Amino acid sequence: MTAAAAELVFDRVSKRYAGREAAALSSLSLEIPAGTFCVLVGPSGGGKTTALKMVNRLIPFDEGDIRIDGRSVRDLPTAELRRGIGYVIQQIGLFPHMTVGENIGVVPKLLGWDRARTRTRTGELLDLVGLAQDDAQRYPAQLSGGQRQRVGLARALAADPPLLLMDEPFGALDPITRARLQAELRRLHHEVEKTVVFVTHDVDEAITMGDRIAILREGGVLAQYDTPDAILAHPADDFVAQFIGEDRALRRLALRTLADVPLDPAAATGAGLRVTSSTTVRNAVSLLLESDADHLVVENADGDALGTFRWHDATDVL
Amino acid sequence: MIPNFGHGSACVRGDHTFCWDWVQQHWHDTLLPALVQHVELTLIAVGIGFAIAFTLAMLTHRIRGFDKPVGVFSALLYTIPSLALFQLLVPFTGITYTTVEIALVAYTLVILYPNIDAGLNSASPEVLEAARGMGLTPRQVLWRVELPLAVPAIVAGLRIAVVSTISIGTIAAFLLPKGLGYPIFIALQSPTPFKTEIYTAGALAIGLALVCDGLLVLLRRTLVPWSRVA
Repeated sequence: MTAAAAELVFDRVSKRYAGREAAALSSLSLEIPAGTFCVLVGPSGGGKTTALKMVNRLIPFDEGDIRIDGRSVRDLPTAELRRGIGYVIQQIGLFPHMTVGENIGVVPKLLGWDRARTRTRTGELLDLVGLAQDDAQRYPAQLSGGQRQRVGLARALAADPPLLLMDEPFGALDPITRARLQAELRRLHHEVEKTVVFVTHDVDEAITMGDRIAILREGGVLAQYDTPDAILAHPADDFVAQFIGEDRALRRLALRTLADVPLDPAAATGAGLRVTSSTTVRNAVSLLLESDADHLVVENADGDALGTFRWHDATDVL
Repeated sequence: MIPNFGHGSACVRGDHTFCWDWVQQHWHDTLLPALVQHVELTLIAVGIGFAIAFTLAMLTHRIRGFDKPVGVFSALLYTIPSLALFQLLVPFTGITYTTVEIALVAYTLVILYPNIDAGLNSASPEVLEAARGMGLTPRQVLWRVELPLAVPAIVAGLRIAVVSTISIGTIAAFLLPKGLGYPIFIALQSPTPFKTEIYTAGALAIGLALVCDGLLVLLRRTLVPWSRVA
């Protein structure tokens, strides 16, 4: 159902706001391969939102270039450029005078889709983001915060853009709703395979969500750009190490499940606490601590024992 | 001279508090025409005032700082007593319908422009950012987002403009024999002001104001289904 994802390249992009000493962005170069979920993370003043808004030219840049599939964002008229890029913001910004269906249909309407096509697409999107078909007739004021952000996401995906920009989309949600939407966005990303640029100041969110993470420091300097695992294993400098936290080994364990651990099938005895192989290694370690046991029995979804998990297995996967 | 007394009943001749027979007798020759003229007076004033205020507000919406001077000018204009404004205009436009309408239009402008302007500015920054980010042109943002969101404020302005024009419109009778002010004016001029005529014309003005206000409330409900939810 999707148009191909787009490759996004920042090529030595700089930006300085008038009247401010520090640069907002200092020669940022970043290559985001098509289909990648890239998280921009960093402290405030790191220029992550600035970088994001340069892609759809809500903020102009002074130097360098930004290219989508090799084409400079400056080559298209702004309105046309923006219609081809999904955009989700923290405050969502749903149009209060339009129903959910009308909100989702804004960009299709701008692109001249006929009603039938827009309606079909709206139906698909409501399914995709986990809303009921009846919700199309409701107004934003009738929805909860989580539902509104689902609509915001559906609206951004409406015209099937190859690139999706998300500016702290879950920042205003309660932790439970946020975790649920994070998980659903991950699932959705696997389904629709778009390039996503996702801004957050929350390092946990960055590690959970990103295929790749770009850490920006004060003054808009790129501190490190890599996979979450590589950043946790080898922080580029003290700033990154401090930013990602001293529990980075545990965070890395959270990125792995017991299915990633080479288990010894011969050691699978029936005795001991049983866990499924989809459990993260971090949670397995936590269970060991909690139960004061020396091993866990790992089983598959059908309940067949696959092997045992011991303390040293945790260090082996790092 | 005692006008409109006709062949009056005892009630009329004695100028009792309220004489229903007089109302029935003079409905067609005095009251209904006055009411129709008043509606006309109001519709023209609010219609022209709205057209000017709306155009002005839409044109100046993007110009920063324009609303302030207009606001000050409006406030000053509104402080001029209506009777004085009529007199100020007479040297230019004479004792005509135009004079009356110019004054009334001026007052509606004073009410409508700030309301429409405030309405157009009522879209929240995040809604505007989302609109721009999705690829709406400035013109599309204005017509598809800011204008619909301004409707509640615009209707609120219209309600005040209509009601106050109906009220101020009665003063037009000092200049011209038009509207619901005229029967009141005539009755007041007699040595013993005829109460029934004053009360009836006054009540009709109040009734007209209430009906118009009610219609505008209904209009708001139809145009703004989204503000009634939740």
